Amino acid sequence: MTLRIALRALRRNKLRSFLTMLGIIIGVGAVITMVAIGEGAKALVRSQIASLGTNVLVVLPGTVTMGGARTGSGGVQSLVDADAKAIMEEVPSVALASPTLRQTQQIIGGEQNWSAAVQGVAPELQQIRDWVVEEGRFISPADVDAAAKVALIGQTVLENLFPNEEPIDQIIRIKKIPFRIVGILGPKGQTSQGTDQDDIVMIPYTTMQKRIMGVTYVQGIAVRAVSADKVKQAQTEIAALLRQRHRLPPDRDDDFNIRNLSDIAEAASNSATVMAILLGSIASVSLLVGGIGIMNIMLVSVTERTREIGIRMAVGARSRDIMLQFIVEAVVMASIGGALGVLIGIVSSDIVHRTMEWPILVRPDIVAIALLVSSGVGIFFGFYPAQKAAHLDPIEALRYE
Amino acid sequence: MVQIDALIRVRDLHKIYKMGDVEVPALRGVSLGIDAGEFVAVMGASGSGKSTFMNILGCLDRPSRGSYLLEGQEVGSLSPDQWAAIRNHKIGFVFQGFNLLPRTTALENVELPMMYNGLRGGDRYKRALDALSLVGLGDRLHHTPNQLSGGQQQRVAVARALVNRPSLILADEPTGNLDSTTSAEIMELFQNLNAKEGITVVLVTHEHDIAAYAKRQIHFRDGLVTSDEKTEKRDTE
Repeated sequence: MTLRIALRALRRNKLRSFLTMLGIIIGVGAVITMVAIGEGAKALVRSQIASLGTNVLVVLPGTVTMGGARTGSGGVQSLVDADAKAIMEEVPSVALASPTLRQTQQIIGGEQNWSAAVQGVAPELQQIRDWVVEEGRFISPADVDAAAKVALIGQTVLENLFPNEEPIDQIIRIKKIPFRIVGILGPKGQTSQGTDQDDIVMIPYTTMQKRIMGVTYVQGIAVRAVSADKVKQAQTEIAALLRQRHRLPPDRDDDFNIRNLSDIAEAASNSATVMAILLGSIASVSLLVGGIGIMNIMLVSVTERTREIGIRMAVGARSRDIMLQFIVEAVVMASIGGALGVLIGIVSSDIVHRTMEWPILVRPDIVAIALLVSSGVGIFFGFYPAQKAAHLDPIEALRYE
Repeated sequence: MVQIDALIRVRDLHKIYKMGDVEVPALRGVSLGIDAGEFVAVMGASGSGKSTFMNILGCLDRPSRGSYLLEGQEVGSLSPDQWAAIRNHKIGFVFQGFNLLPRTTALENVELPMMYNGLRGGDRYKRALDALSLVGLGDRLHHTPNQLSGGQQQRVAVARALVNRPSLILADEPTGNLDSTTSAEIMELFQNLNAKEGITVVLVTHEHDIAAYAKRQIHFRDGLVTSDEKTEKRDTE
């Protein structure tokens, strides 16, 4: 009943009602869009982090000071594959460890050639980095022991070397050495720095050491902790183990570096959250402005309709009937504005997604909250004008011109 | 003289307005009774206190002193919500300026009082239709005030006053904005309602020919009743 009266009152002044709603429409639309962009960024960061593997630590060779000049990270050849074995076997908080070596090489295969990262790995790396084998198999322990000339190729390499052929059991040549393809890696996409993780060839690390690089050290050790809360513990324990293995006296610095990917992940995710909150709060300000607009127009409306209020009181409306009428009017206006705002927010999020190619994520709970908040804005900013209307003196109101 | 079935009984009614530091008395001790079924004209110059008297009768204003019994109930001590209920159930107002809601159909205007007493949509429609037919506007249901003549608008207002079947209709200069022909029509409508439906009508006017339609005339001057007399029924002439 009251709802019908409110709708009729709003219809009577279509343009004015619309302009009043516009504040809420823009406010809610902005909130939805901004939060969608923020959440999209967060989701992207999360998926990139997941592609690096969860609970992952990376051990890198450290720096060394030679005549006052410090080499960069990885400047010393302090890590060997036995370190990786020891980490996996002796540190209880570590589940898996794999030595890694990496070098960009020209790959010749089929009738093409292609430059890609060649990575020497142990079988454990598949689980550490959550690699999916799309076809064929991963590197086996036997491959490592025999320094076998077998390889897995990533999606980008596959597309460039064997666009139309079955790659399994084909031969590719790296530094003129023939490798048999035993598997194809599933897609991983880009890292947050834009590196294509699929532009890769994986071979046993022993093969990499002996045949490609001619070295005995390893360039890094990828480690997976048993669980997320054991990552920190694993970091300390690995450090202690390596210091002992490398016979470092207490006054010497570590000759290795342990990087915790989940720290990086957390930082990235946190900054995305901060961005989402920032965008959301800027947008909320426009919602507030929209609410003030509603209050303004409701005050004008109460003055304009003083006589109507007088008539309603004369025929038996109680103060609370008048109050309810104006609050419902404000809430209806705010809610319609909110609903239109949600619509516009979703549409403009989609436009942002299409034109800027930004990832976006419209969360249903944010939509529900936006609708609730806009009704709340209606109640809050409609209250004062409604109270003013309800407290009018009927005699004065009837005489009002 | 206390009558058992007095609809309205006021005793020693005072109303004092404060204008800054000055106290302006509008009513200075009015006592009278109106029975159910009467047709009373309240007359007086502007400032005589007749409008204040009507506002008090209509439960729109509180007397400063004195008592007002409506159907035996003391009204002065009731809460604003109880007043609203009395205005809704027992009193129908007709104003000089019609006071219809603009851009709202005749039917909806007449339905307005019933929106505040919980009557259902179907019953509302039926009663509004009956009231509009009674005032002769059964064929103008969906016209808005600006599509109706002044006389028709006042008929809508009368229908609105009738629709909750009140015991009392208060009409404040109901013909003030109408020409003499239309005025006569409206006054005949009041006469009919009074005679055939038995509704008590209290009418404020300063025109003698309008007051002549009533069965009783009460004159106000300076906040006091100066005369109160039954008149000849004009419709028997």
